[in-house]
Amino acid sequence: MIWQLDIIILIIVVISAIAAITVKDLLSSAILLEAYSFLMCLLWTEMGAVDVAFTEAAVGAGISTAFFIGAIYQTTRRTKD
Amino acid sequence: MTIEFKDVIIQTICRLLTPPIQLYALYVIAHGHYSPGGGFQGGCILGASFILMVIAYDIGEVKRRMAEKMNTIFCSLGVIIYSGIGAICLILGANYLDYGILHKILPVNPVRARALGTLGIEIGVGIAVMAVMISIFLNIASGGEHEGALE
Repeated sequence: MIWQLDIIILIIVVISAIAAITVKDLLSSAILLEAYSFLMCLLWTEMGAVDVAFTEAAVGAGISTAFFIGAIYQTTRRTKD
Repeated sequence: MTIEFKDVIIQTICRLLTPPIQLYALYVIAHGHYSPGGGFQGGCILGASFILMVIAYDIGEVKRRMAEKMNTIFCSLGVIIYSGIGAICLILGANYLDYGILHKILPVNPVRARALGTLGIEIGVGIAVMAVMISIFLNIASGGEHEGALE
């Protein structure tokens, strides 16, 4: 466990999380959420929780992004608010 | 959004990539009690291979390989395997999902019976999670119509 690497990954996680909820394009938001999920997976791997990281990589970065993209195809791509 | 979308590169890559993904998912399920992984993660990866097929081809290709009725049967079969193994342990006189008692009906010692019981549970969870993931994705992507998704 290297705390410098932790700090760097945490900063990128916060940046991508804030970007995912502020961007207007919903497809970009889904991809940014996938980036957030993958970075959380990297953080958990680095902290030693390999099983949690595996679940995050399979569900968060893999399946849920496909669900979001499938749902965005049924609606409009830009948010109104 | 009814554009005819056929790309030979994407379809070839998908066709080459699907068997290794499914083989890796089976490895994750079968090796889940020795290493990170297990039924849930392996089932998610198995479902992701079918979702990749929906993205590369269309929904009819997946429904030809894994029909809706078959998917429902798999969904129930996983739950039946899981709760069935637990109920067998209950019938044999131990607690629910206490696999050690399975040595009464399997020709192995209790430690080995515990490992085999865990493997059975992982297989049940993997089948159920795969079927549910495919079902959720097909329902979301086609708006409940079950045809012409992502086109």
